[in-house]
Amino acid sequence: MSQQFSYEIAHLIGATQLMAGFGLLYQRRVFAVLNTFAFQALALAAAAAWQAHVQHAPHLYVTAAIALLFKALAVPFALHWLVEKLGIHRTVETALSIGWTMIVGVALVALSIMLVLPVTAAASALTRESLALAMSVVLLGMLMMITRRNAVTQVVGFMALENGLILAAVSAKGMPLVVEISIAFSVLVAMTVFGIFFFRIRERFDSLDVAYLESYRGDRS
Amino acid sequence: MNAIVWQALQIVLVVALAPLVTGYVRWVKARLQGRYGAAPWQPYRDLYRLLQKEAVVAHSASWIFRAAPYVTFASVWLAACIVPTFTTNMVLAPAADLIALVALLAVGRFWTALAGMDVGTSFGGLGASREMLIASLAEPAMLMITFSLSLVSGTTAPAQIVAFVLSGNVGIEVSLGLALAAMVMVAIAENGRIPIDNPATHLELTMVHEAMVLEYSGRHLAMIEAASMVRLTLYIALIATLFAPWGIAQPGAGAAGAMLGLVVFLAKAFILGTVLAFFETSIAKMRVFRYADFLGGALLLGLLATIFLYVSEAV
Repeated sequence: MSQQFSYEIAHLIGATQLMAGFGLLYQRRVFAVLNTFAFQALALAAAAAWQAHVQHAPHLYVTAAIALLFKALAVPFALHWLVEKLGIHRTVETALSIGWTMIVGVALVALSIMLVLPVTAAASALTRESLALAMSVVLLGMLMMITRRNAVTQVVGFMALENGLILAAVSAKGMPLVVEISIAFSVLVAMTVFGIFFFRIRERFDSLDVAYLESYRGDRS
Repeated sequence: MNAIVWQALQIVLVVALAPLVTGYVRWVKARLQGRYGAAPWQPYRDLYRLLQKEAVVAHSASWIFRAAPYVTFASVWLAACIVPTFTTNMVLAPAADLIALVALLAVGRFWTALAGMDVGTSFGGLGASREMLIASLAEPAMLMITFSLSLVSGTTAPAQIVAFVLSGNVGIEVSLGLALAAMVMVAIAENGRIPIDNPATHLELTMVHEAMVLEYSGRHLAMIEAASMVRLTLYIALIATLFAPWGIAQPGAGAAGAMLGLVVFLAKAFILGTVLAFFETSIAKMRVFRYADFLGGALLLGLLATIFLYVSEAV
Protein backbone atom coordinates (compact mmCIF):
# COMPACT_ATOMS: atom_id res chain seq x y z
CA MET A 1 0.00 0.00 0.00
CA SER A 2 1.43 3.34 -0.99
CA GLN A 3 2.26 6.17 1.38
CA GLN A 4 0.01 8.45 -0.65
CA PHE A 5 -3.02 6.24 -0.21
CA SER A 6 -2.66 5.86 3.56
CA TYR A 7 -2.21 9.61 3.81
CA GLU A 8 -5.37 10.23 1.79
CA ILE A 9 -7.49 7.90 3.90
CA ALA A 10 -6.22 9.49 7.13
CA HIS A 11 -6.94 12.91 5.67
CA LEU A 12 -10.45 11.78 4.73
CA ILE A 13 -11.28 10.37 8.17
CA GLY A 14 -9.87 13.44 9.91
CA ALA A 15 -11.91 15.72 7.68
CA THR A 16 -15.02 13.65 8.42
CA GLN A 17 -14.41 14.26 12.10
CA LEU A 18 -13.96 17.97 11.47
CA MET A 19 -17.20 18.03 9.48
CA ALA A 20 -18.95 16.37 12.40
CA GLY A 21 -17.54 19.20 14.52
CA PHE A 22 -19.23 21.67 12.21
CA GLY A 23 -22.35 19.53 12.35
CA LEU A 24 -22.36 19.96 16.13
CA LEU A 25 -22.24 23.73 15.70
CA TYR A 26 -25.02 23.64 13.12
CA GLN A 27 -27.47 21.42 15.00
CA ARG A 28 -29.89 23.09 17.34
CA ARG A 29 -31.80 20.21 18.86
CA VAL A 30 -30.37 18.23 21.74
CA PHE A 31 -30.93 14.79 20.22
CA ALA A 32 -29.49 15.82 16.86
CA VAL A 33 -26.43 17.16 18.69
CA LEU A 34 -26.03 13.86 20.52
CA ASN A 35 -26.32 11.84 17.29
CA THR A 36 -23.75 14.04 15.58
CA PHE A 37 -21.45 13.60 18.55
CA ALA A 38 -21.80 9.81 18.34
CA PHE A 39 -20.93 10.04 14.65
CA GLN A 40 -17.84 12.08 15.46
CA ALA A 41 -16.72 9.51 18.00
CA LEU A 42 -17.26 6.82 15.38
CA ALA A 43 -15.01 8.73 13.00
CA LEU A 44 -12.45 8.97 15.81
CA ALA A 45 -12.54 5.20 16.28
CA ALA A 46 -12.02 4.77 12.52
CA ALA A 47 -9.10 7.23 12.60
CA ALA A 48 -7.46 5.37 15.49
CA ALA A 49 -7.94 1.99 13.80
CA TRP A 50 -6.47 3.34 10.56
CA GLN A 51 -3.45 4.77 12.37
CA ALA A 52 -2.98 1.43 14.12
CA HIS A 53 -2.95 -0.23 10.71
CA VAL A 54 -0.60 2.31 9.13
CA GLN A 55 1.84 2.62 12.04
CA HIS A 56 1.73 -1.13 12.82
CA ALA A 57 0.90 -0.24 16.42
CA PRO A 58 -1.56 -2.82 17.80
CA HIS A 59 -2.22 -0.87 20.98
CA LEU A 60 -3.99 1.78 18.91
CA TYR A 61 -6.65 -0.83 18.17
CA VAL A 62 -7.39 -0.70 21.89
CA THR A 63 -7.77 3.07 21.56
CA ALA A 64 -10.17 2.54 18.68
CA ALA A 65 -12.19 0.04 20.70
CA ILE A 66 -12.32 2.43 23.68
CA ALA A 67 -13.46 5.28 21.45
CA LEU A 68 -16.10 3.05 19.91
CA LEU A 69 -17.46 1.61 23.14
CA PHE A 70 -17.26 4.60 25.46
CA LYS A 71 -17.57 7.64 23.28
CA ALA A 72 -19.67 6.42 20.39
CA LEU A 73 -22.02 4.25 22.48
CA ALA A 74 -21.89 4.74 26.24
CA VAL A 75 -21.69 8.54 26.48
CA PRO A 76 -24.36 9.32 23.84
CA PHE A 77 -26.70 6.75 25.39
CA ALA A 78 -26.14 8.14 28.86
CA LEU A 79 -26.77 11.69 27.64
CA HIS A 80 -29.87 10.52 25.77
CA TRP A 81 -31.18 8.98 28.95
CA LEU A 82 -30.35 12.11 30.94
CA VAL A 83 -32.04 14.42 28.45
CA GLU A 84 -35.16 12.30 28.48
CA LYS A 85 -35.09 12.11 32.25
CA LEU A 86 -34.73 15.88 32.53
CA GLY A 87 -37.35 16.49 29.83
CA ILE A 88 -35.36 19.06 27.85
CA HIS A 89 -35.62 17.63 24.32
CA ARG A 90 -36.62 20.96 22.84
CA THR A 91 -34.78 23.55 20.77
CA VAL A 92 -31.36 24.46 22.05
CA GLU A 93 -30.82 28.12 22.62
CA THR A 94 -27.63 29.50 21.23
CA ALA A 95 -25.95 32.61 22.54
CA LEU A 96 -24.59 33.41 19.08
CA SER A 97 -26.55 32.81 15.86
CA ILE A 98 -25.74 29.66 13.88
CA GLY A 99 -24.43 31.60 10.89
CA TRP A 100 -21.96 33.57 12.97
CA THR A 101 -20.88 30.48 14.85
CA MET A 102 -20.10 28.72 11.56
CA ILE A 103 -18.13 31.71 10.29
CA VAL A 104 -16.10 31.83 13.50
CA GLY A 105 -15.62 28.07 13.16
CA VAL A 106 -14.14 28.40 9.67
CA ALA A 107 -11.88 31.18 10.94
CA LEU A 108 -10.70 28.86 13.73
CA VAL A 109 -9.94 26.10 11.21
CA ALA A 110 -7.91 28.52 9.12
CA LEU A 111 -6.13 29.70 12.28
CA SER A 112 -5.20 26.21 13.40
CA ILE A 113 -3.93 25.30 9.93
CA MET A 114 -1.82 28.44 9.77
CA LEU A 115 -0.50 27.72 13.24
CA VAL A 116 0.25 24.01 12.98
CA LEU A 117 1.78 23.76 9.51
CA PRO A 118 4.76 26.12 10.05
CA VAL A 119 5.43 24.86 13.60
CA THR A 120 5.64 21.18 12.67
CA ALA A 121 7.73 21.55 9.53
CA ALA A 122 9.99 18.64 10.52
CA ALA A 123 7.26 16.05 11.17
CA SER A 124 5.90 13.66 8.54
CA ALA A 125 3.04 14.73 6.30
CA LEU A 126 0.64 12.31 7.96
CA THR A 127 1.28 13.72 11.42
CA ARG A 128 1.14 17.36 10.39
CA GLU A 129 -2.12 16.92 8.58
CA SER A 130 -3.74 15.10 11.49
CA LEU A 131 -2.42 17.65 13.96
CA ALA A 132 -3.94 20.51 11.97
CA LEU A 133 -7.28 18.68 11.83
CA ALA A 134 -7.13 17.72 15.51
CA MET A 135 -6.38 21.28 16.54
CA SER A 136 -9.39 22.45 14.52
CA VAL A 137 -11.63 19.88 16.20
CA VAL A 138 -10.39 21.02 19.63
CA LEU A 139 -11.04 24.67 18.83
CA LEU A 140 -14.51 23.87 17.47
CA GLY A 141 -15.28 22.01 20.70
CA MET A 142 -14.24 25.08 22.68
CA LEU A 143 -16.35 27.27 20.41
CA MET A 144 -19.31 25.01 21.07
CA MET A 145 -18.74 25.32 24.81
CA ILE A 146 -18.83 29.10 24.73
CA THR A 147 -21.67 29.59 22.24
CA ARG A 148 -24.19 27.24 23.86
CA ARG A 149 -26.20 28.14 26.88
CA ASN A 150 -27.59 24.72 27.66
CA ALA A 151 -25.49 22.65 30.05
CA VAL A 152 -25.95 19.40 28.09
CA THR A 153 -24.67 20.86 24.82
CA GLN A 154 -21.79 22.45 26.66
CA VAL A 155 -20.83 19.03 27.92
CA VAL A 156 -21.06 17.68 24.37
CA GLY A 157 -18.69 20.49 23.36
CA PHE A 158 -16.28 19.32 26.04
CA MET A 159 -16.48 15.74 24.81
CA ALA A 160 -15.92 16.88 21.22
CA LEU A 161 -12.85 18.77 22.38
CA GLU A 162 -11.61 15.54 23.94
CA ASN A 163 -12.23 13.73 20.61
CA GLY A 164 -9.87 16.22 19.01
CA LEU A 165 -7.24 15.56 21.67
CA ILE A 166 -7.39 11.82 21.08
CA LEU A 167 -7.10 12.40 17.33
CA ALA A 168 -3.93 14.38 17.95
CA ALA A 169 -2.66 11.69 20.30
CA VAL A 170 -3.18 8.77 17.91
CA SER A 171 -1.45 10.54 15.06
CA ALA A 172 1.66 11.25 17.15
CA LYS A 173 3.79 8.14 17.33
CA GLY A 174 4.44 6.48 20.66
CA MET A 175 1.63 7.47 22.94
CA PRO A 176 1.57 5.01 25.87
CA LEU A 177 -1.52 2.91 26.34
CA VAL A 178 -1.77 3.72 30.02
CA VAL A 179 -2.27 7.42 29.23
CA GLU A 180 -4.87 6.45 26.70
CA ILE A 181 -6.87 4.34 29.12
CA SER A 182 -6.67 6.87 31.92
CA ILE A 183 -8.02 9.57 29.60
CA ALA A 184 -10.88 7.32 28.57
CA PHE A 185 -11.81 6.59 32.15
CA SER A 186 -11.50 10.19 33.23
CA VAL A 187 -14.01 11.04 30.52
CA LEU A 188 -16.41 8.51 31.98
CA VAL A 189 -15.89 9.94 35.45
CA ALA A 190 -16.45 13.45 34.08
CA MET A 191 -19.63 12.15 32.45
CA THR A 192 -20.90 10.89 35.82
CA VAL A 193 -20.02 14.15 37.54
CA PHE A 194 -21.77 16.14 34.82
CA GLY A 195 -24.81 13.92 35.13
CA ILE A 196 -25.13 14.61 38.83
CA PHE A 197 -24.38 18.26 38.20
CA PHE A 198 -27.26 18.49 35.68
CA PHE A 199 -29.72 17.24 38.24
CA ARG A 200 -28.41 19.71 40.79
CA ILE A 201 -28.66 22.68 38.42
CA ARG A 202 -32.11 21.65 37.44
CA GLU A 203 -33.28 21.18 40.98
CA ARG A 204 -32.06 24.66 41.79
CA PHE A 205 -33.23 26.66 38.76
CA ASP A 206 -35.84 24.47 37.00
CA SER A 207 -33.75 24.84 33.85
CA LEU A 208 -30.42 23.78 32.37
CA ASP A 209 -29.73 27.22 30.95
CA VAL A 210 -26.41 28.23 32.47
CA ALA A 211 -27.32 31.91 32.16
CA TYR A 212 -29.13 31.47 35.47
CA LEU A 213 -25.83 30.60 37.12
CA GLU A 214 -24.40 34.01 36.28
CA SER A 215 -26.74 36.02 38.43
CA TYR A 216 -26.78 33.44 41.23
CA ARG A 217 -24.87 34.69 44.29
CA GLY A 218 -25.34 31.75 46.57
CA ASP A 219 -28.28 33.12 48.55
CA ARG A 220 -30.96 30.66 49.55
CA SER A 221 -34.35 31.17 48.05
CA MET B 1 -18.67 15.99 -37.48
CA ASN B 2 -19.32 13.59 -34.62
CA ALA B 3 -19.21 16.48 -32.19
CA ILE B 4 -22.22 18.06 -33.93
CA VAL B 5 -24.19 14.82 -33.80
CA TRP B 6 -23.47 14.27 -30.12
CA GLN B 7 -24.32 17.89 -29.34
CA ALA B 8 -27.65 17.54 -31.13
CA LEU B 9 -28.34 14.31 -29.27
CA GLN B 10 -27.50 16.01 -25.98
CA ILE B 11 -29.86 18.91 -26.76
CA VAL B 12 -32.71 16.51 -27.45
CA LEU B 13 -31.79 14.13 -24.64
CA VAL B 14 -31.95 16.64 -21.79
CA VAL B 15 -35.44 17.75 -22.73
CA ALA B 16 -36.70 14.28 -23.57
CA LEU B 17 -35.38 12.78 -20.36
CA ALA B 18 -36.26 15.59 -17.93
CA PRO B 19 -39.97 14.72 -17.42
CA LEU B 20 -39.06 11.08 -16.87
CA VAL B 21 -36.50 12.00 -14.18
CA THR B 22 -39.02 14.22 -12.39
CA GLY B 23 -41.76 11.62 -12.75
CA TYR B 24 -39.46 8.90 -11.45
CA VAL B 25 -38.56 10.94 -8.34
CA ARG B 26 -42.26 11.62 -7.70
CA TRP B 27 -43.09 7.94 -8.16
CA VAL B 28 -40.42 6.77 -5.71
CA LYS B 29 -41.53 9.39 -3.20
CA ALA B 30 -45.14 8.25 -3.51
CA ARG B 31 -44.09 4.65 -2.96
CA LEU B 32 -42.03 5.60 0.09
CA GLN B 33 -45.00 7.48 1.50
CA GLY B 34 -47.20 4.43 1.06
CA ARG B 35 -49.14 5.82 -1.89
CA TYR B 36 -49.59 4.08 -5.21
CA GLY B 37 -48.28 7.08 -7.14
CA ALA B 38 -48.70 8.13 -10.76
CA ALA B 39 -46.59 6.32 -13.35
CA PRO B 40 -43.12 7.81 -13.91
CA TRP B 41 -44.15 9.00 -17.39
CA GLN B 42 -47.07 11.01 -16.02
CA PRO B 43 -45.21 14.37 -16.49
CA TYR B 44 -45.21 13.78 -20.28
CA ARG B 45 -48.99 13.53 -20.19
CA ASP B 46 -49.19 16.60 -17.94
CA LEU B 47 -47.08 18.67 -20.30
CA TYR B 48 -49.08 17.47 -23.30
CA ARG B 49 -52.34 18.33 -21.58
CA LEU B 50 -51.08 21.79 -20.60
CA LEU B 51 -49.96 22.47 -24.15
CA GLN B 52 -53.48 21.70 -25.41
CA LYS B 53 -55.08 24.12 -23.00
CA GLU B 54 -55.77 27.78 -23.51
CA ALA B 55 -53.38 30.19 -21.78
CA VAL B 56 -55.21 32.63 -19.53
CA VAL B 57 -53.37 35.89 -18.88
CA ALA B 58 -54.30 38.43 -16.22
CA HIS B 59 -55.44 41.90 -17.34
CA SER B 60 -52.64 43.57 -15.46
CA ALA B 61 -49.94 41.40 -17.08
CA SER B 62 -47.38 43.04 -19.36
CA TRP B 63 -45.23 41.48 -22.09
CA ILE B 64 -42.79 40.36 -19.39
CA PHE B 65 -45.36 37.92 -18.09
CA ARG B 66 -45.82 36.41 -21.53
CA ALA B 67 -42.12 36.33 -22.40
CA ALA B 68 -40.86 34.95 -19.09
CA PRO B 69 -41.78 31.27 -19.59
CA TYR B 70 -39.96 31.13 -22.91
CA VAL B 71 -36.89 33.02 -21.69
CA THR B 72 -36.71 30.84 -18.58
CA PHE B 73 -37.04 27.63 -20.53
CA ALA B 74 -34.54 28.72 -23.18
CA SER B 75 -31.88 29.74 -20.65
CA VAL B 76 -32.24 26.56 -18.62
CA TRP B 77 -32.22 24.45 -21.78
CA LEU B 78 -29.08 26.16 -23.03
CA ALA B 79 -27.46 25.62 -19.64
CA ALA B 80 -28.39 21.95 -19.78
CA CYS B 81 -26.85 21.65 -23.25
CA ILE B 82 -23.38 22.61 -22.07
CA VAL B 83 -23.17 20.11 -19.20
CA PRO B 84 -21.61 16.94 -20.58
CA THR B 85 -23.84 13.97 -19.81
CA PHE B 86 -22.63 11.04 -21.88
CA THR B 87 -19.71 12.47 -23.88
CA THR B 88 -17.40 15.46 -23.64
CA ASN B 89 -16.96 15.47 -27.41
CA MET B 90 -19.48 18.22 -28.18
CA VAL B 91 -19.43 21.38 -30.26
CA LEU B 92 -20.36 23.62 -27.33
CA ALA B 93 -17.91 21.96 -24.93
CA PRO B 94 -15.14 24.56 -25.41
CA ALA B 95 -17.63 27.37 -24.74
CA ALA B 96 -19.07 25.65 -21.71
CA ASP B 97 -17.83 26.85 -18.39
CA LEU B 98 -19.20 26.62 -14.88
CA ILE B 99 -19.36 30.37 -14.37
CA ALA B 100 -21.36 30.76 -17.60
CA LEU B 101 -23.60 27.98 -16.35
CA VAL B 102 -24.29 29.84 -13.09
CA ALA B 103 -25.06 32.99 -15.10
CA LEU B 104 -27.47 31.18 -17.45
CA LEU B 105 -29.36 29.71 -14.52
CA ALA B 106 -29.46 33.16 -12.90
CA VAL B 107 -31.06 34.60 -16.06
CA GLY B 108 -33.83 32.01 -15.87
CA ARG B 109 -34.39 32.67 -12.20
CA PHE B 110 -34.40 36.44 -12.70
CA TRP B 111 -37.12 36.20 -15.36
CA THR B 112 -39.27 33.90 -13.26
CA ALA B 113 -39.03 36.33 -10.37
CA LEU B 114 -39.90 39.26 -12.65
CA ALA B 115 -42.94 37.39 -13.91
CA GLY B 116 -43.96 36.63 -10.35
CA MET B 117 -44.00 40.34 -9.56
CA ASP B 118 -45.44 41.44 -12.89
CA VAL B 119 -49.08 40.58 -12.29
CA GLY B 120 -49.06 42.29 -8.92
CA THR B 121 -50.54 39.52 -6.80
CA SER B 122 -49.23 39.29 -3.28
CA PHE B 123 -48.22 35.64 -3.57
CA GLY B 124 -46.19 36.31 -6.69
CA GLY B 125 -44.27 39.07 -4.94
CA LEU B 126 -43.73 36.93 -1.87
CA GLY B 127 -42.47 34.02 -3.95
CA ALA B 128 -40.17 36.31 -5.94
CA SER B 129 -38.72 37.83 -2.81
CA ARG B 130 -38.03 34.41 -1.29
CA GLU B 131 -36.58 33.10 -4.53
CA MET B 132 -34.16 36.01 -4.64
CA LEU B 133 -33.24 35.41 -1.00
CA ILE B 134 -32.38 31.80 -1.80
CA ALA B 135 -30.54 32.80 -4.96
CA SER B 136 -28.45 35.43 -3.22
CA LEU B 137 -27.29 32.75 -0.77
CA ALA B 138 -26.94 29.87 -3.22
CA GLU B 139 -24.98 31.66 -5.91
CA PRO B 140 -21.92 32.55 -3.80
CA ALA B 141 -21.85 28.95 -2.59
CA MET B 142 -22.00 27.70 -6.18
CA LEU B 143 -19.17 30.02 -7.20
CA MET B 144 -17.09 28.87 -4.23
CA ILE B 145 -17.55 25.27 -5.38
CA THR B 146 -16.51 26.31 -8.87
CA PHE B 147 -13.36 27.92 -7.48
CA SER B 148 -12.33 24.89 -5.48
CA LEU B 149 -12.98 22.60 -8.45
CA SER B 150 -10.96 24.83 -10.71
CA LEU B 151 -8.13 24.98 -8.17
CA VAL B 152 -7.98 21.18 -8.25
CA SER B 153 -8.20 20.77 -11.99
CA GLY B 154 -6.92 24.10 -13.28
CA THR B 155 -9.99 24.86 -15.40
CA THR B 156 -13.63 25.87 -15.08
CA ALA B 157 -14.78 23.98 -18.17
CA PRO B 158 -16.76 20.83 -17.24
CA ALA B 159 -15.34 18.90 -20.19
CA GLN B 160 -11.77 19.52 -19.07
CA ILE B 161 -12.58 18.78 -15.43
CA VAL B 162 -13.93 15.41 -16.58
CA ALA B 163 -10.76 14.79 -18.57
CA PHE B 164 -8.65 15.73 -15.55
CA VAL B 165 -10.50 13.45 -13.13
CA LEU B 166 -10.50 10.56 -15.59
CA SER B 167 -6.77 10.94 -16.17
CA GLY B 168 -6.22 9.51 -12.67
CA ASN B 169 -4.07 12.36 -11.39
CA VAL B 170 -6.47 13.02 -8.58
CA GLY B 171 -6.63 10.73 -5.55
CA ILE B 172 -9.15 10.69 -2.74
CA GLU B 173 -9.32 14.43 -2.31
CA VAL B 174 -11.08 15.79 0.78
CA SER B 175 -11.77 19.05 -0.98
CA LEU B 176 -13.77 17.25 -3.64
CA GLY B 177 -15.87 15.57 -0.97
CA LEU B 178 -16.61 18.90 0.68
CA ALA B 179 -17.39 20.46 -2.69
CA LEU B 180 -19.77 17.57 -3.41
CA ALA B 181 -21.62 18.11 -0.14
CA ALA B 182 -21.89 21.84 -0.84
CA MET B 183 -23.01 21.14 -4.40
CA VAL B 184 -25.79 18.84 -3.21
CA MET B 185 -27.02 21.52 -0.81
CA VAL B 186 -27.00 24.15 -3.55
CA ALA B 187 -28.78 21.78 -5.93
CA ILE B 188 -31.50 21.14 -3.37
CA ALA B 189 -32.02 24.87 -2.88
CA GLU B 190 -31.94 25.73 -6.58
CA ASN B 191 -34.45 23.07 -7.48
CA GLY B 192 -36.81 23.98 -4.69
CA ARG B 193 -36.74 20.53 -3.12
CA ILE B 194 -37.36 19.69 0.54
CA PRO B 195 -36.02 21.00 2.99
CA ILE B 196 -35.86 24.41 1.26
CA ASP B 197 -39.07 24.33 -0.72
CA ASN B 198 -41.69 21.69 -1.36
CA PRO B 199 -42.31 21.00 -5.05
CA ALA B 200 -45.67 19.39 -4.33
CA THR B 201 -47.10 22.01 -2.02
CA HIS B 202 -50.21 24.04 -2.65
CA LEU B 203 -50.25 25.78 0.70
CA GLU B 204 -49.51 29.40 -0.13
CA LEU B 205 -47.52 30.26 2.97
CA THR B 206 -44.86 27.61 2.33
CA MET B 207 -44.52 28.02 -1.41
CA VAL B 208 -41.53 29.62 -3.07
CA HIS B 209 -41.29 28.51 -6.66
CA GLU B 210 -44.95 27.56 -6.92
CA ALA B 211 -46.01 30.95 -5.58
CA MET B 212 -44.25 32.78 -8.40
CA VAL B 213 -45.88 30.75 -11.14
CA LEU B 214 -49.33 30.69 -9.58
CA GLU B 215 -50.82 32.90 -12.32
CA TYR B 216 -49.63 30.80 -15.23
CA SER B 217 -51.76 28.41 -17.19
CA GLY B 218 -51.78 26.51 -20.45
CA ARG B 219 -48.67 26.54 -22.61
CA HIS B 220 -46.99 29.13 -20.38
CA LEU B 221 -47.29 26.80 -17.40
CA ALA B 222 -46.06 23.93 -19.55
CA MET B 223 -42.91 25.92 -20.34
CA ILE B 224 -42.34 26.80 -16.69
CA GLU B 225 -42.87 23.21 -15.58
CA ALA B 226 -40.59 21.90 -18.31
CA ALA B 227 -37.94 24.42 -17.29
CA SER B 228 -37.96 23.22 -13.71
CA MET B 229 -37.81 19.58 -14.87
CA VAL B 230 -34.84 20.36 -17.11
CA ARG B 231 -33.20 22.19 -14.22
CA LEU B 232 -33.48 19.11 -12.01
CA THR B 233 -31.97 16.93 -14.73
CA LEU B 234 -29.24 19.52 -15.25
CA TYR B 235 -28.19 19.43 -11.62
CA ILE B 236 -28.27 15.64 -11.54
CA ALA B 237 -26.12 15.62 -14.67
CA LEU B 238 -23.78 18.24 -13.23
CA ILE B 239 -23.21 16.30 -10.00
CA ALA B 240 -22.76 13.05 -11.89
CA THR B 241 -20.38 14.67 -14.38
CA LEU B 242 -18.19 16.60 -12.01
CA PHE B 243 -17.94 14.16 -9.13
CA ALA B 244 -18.47 10.75 -10.74
CA PRO B 245 -17.38 11.16 -14.36
CA TRP B 246 -16.58 7.48 -14.89
CA GLY B 247 -18.15 6.16 -18.04
CA ILE B 248 -18.37 9.46 -19.90
CA ALA B 249 -16.96 9.14 -23.40
CA GLN B 250 -13.91 11.25 -24.17
CA PRO B 251 -13.17 12.73 -27.60
CA GLY B 252 -12.03 9.87 -29.83
CA ALA B 253 -14.04 7.20 -28.03
CA GLY B 254 -16.30 6.67 -31.05
CA ALA B 255 -19.96 5.78 -31.24
CA ALA B 256 -19.70 2.71 -29.03
CA GLY B 257 -18.09 4.76 -26.27
CA ALA B 258 -20.81 7.38 -26.51
CA MET B 259 -23.53 4.73 -26.32
CA LEU B 260 -21.88 3.23 -23.27
CA GLY B 261 -21.70 6.73 -21.78
CA LEU B 262 -25.41 7.13 -22.43
CA VAL B 263 -26.27 3.91 -20.59
CA VAL B 264 -23.98 4.86 -17.70
CA PHE B 265 -25.57 8.31 -17.53
CA LEU B 266 -29.04 6.79 -17.36
CA ALA B 267 -27.88 4.57 -14.51
CA LYS B 268 -26.41 7.56 -12.66
CA ALA B 269 -29.60 9.60 -13.11
CA PHE B 270 -31.58 6.61 -11.84
CA ILE B 271 -29.38 6.29 -8.73
CA LEU B 272 -29.29 10.01 -7.94
CA GLY B 273 -33.06 10.29 -8.45
CA THR B 274 -33.63 7.44 -5.99
CA VAL B 275 -31.29 9.05 -3.45
CA LEU B 276 -33.12 12.37 -3.83
CA ALA B 277 -36.48 10.72 -3.23
CA PHE B 278 -35.21 8.94 -0.12
CA PHE B 279 -33.65 12.16 1.19
CA GLU B 280 -36.81 14.18 0.61
CA THR B 281 -38.98 11.59 2.30
CA SER B 282 -36.80 11.38 5.37
CA ILE B 283 -36.54 15.10 6.13
CA ALA B 284 -38.96 17.85 7.11
CA LYS B 285 -39.23 21.23 5.43
CA MET B 286 -37.19 24.00 6.96
CA ARG B 287 -38.47 27.33 8.23
CA VAL B 288 -37.77 30.25 5.90
CA PHE B 289 -35.55 31.88 8.53
CA ARG B 290 -33.24 28.89 8.52
CA TYR B 291 -32.44 29.10 4.79
CA ALA B 292 -29.52 31.36 5.60
CA ASP B 293 -28.05 28.74 7.94
CA PHE B 294 -28.48 25.94 5.40
CA LEU B 295 -27.02 27.80 2.45
CA GLY B 296 -24.44 29.54 4.62
CA GLY B 297 -23.38 26.01 5.52
CA ALA B 298 -22.98 25.24 1.81
CA LEU B 299 -20.89 28.38 1.35
CA LEU B 300 -18.68 27.46 4.30
CA LEU B 301 -18.21 23.93 2.99
CA GLY B 302 -17.05 25.44 -0.30
CA LEU B 303 -14.70 27.72 1.62
CA LEU B 304 -13.34 24.80 3.65
CA ALA B 305 -12.79 22.85 0.43
CA THR B 306 -10.56 25.71 -0.76
CA ILE B 307 -8.73 25.90 2.58
CA PHE B 308 -8.04 22.16 2.52
CA LEU B 309 -6.58 22.45 -0.95
CA TYR B 310 -3.94 24.79 0.41
CA VAL B 311 -3.26 22.41 3.30
CA SER B 312 -2.70 19.50 0.92
CA GLU B 313 -0.38 21.62 -1.14
CA ALA B 314 1.54 22.91 1.87
CA VAL B 315 2.13 19.41 3.27
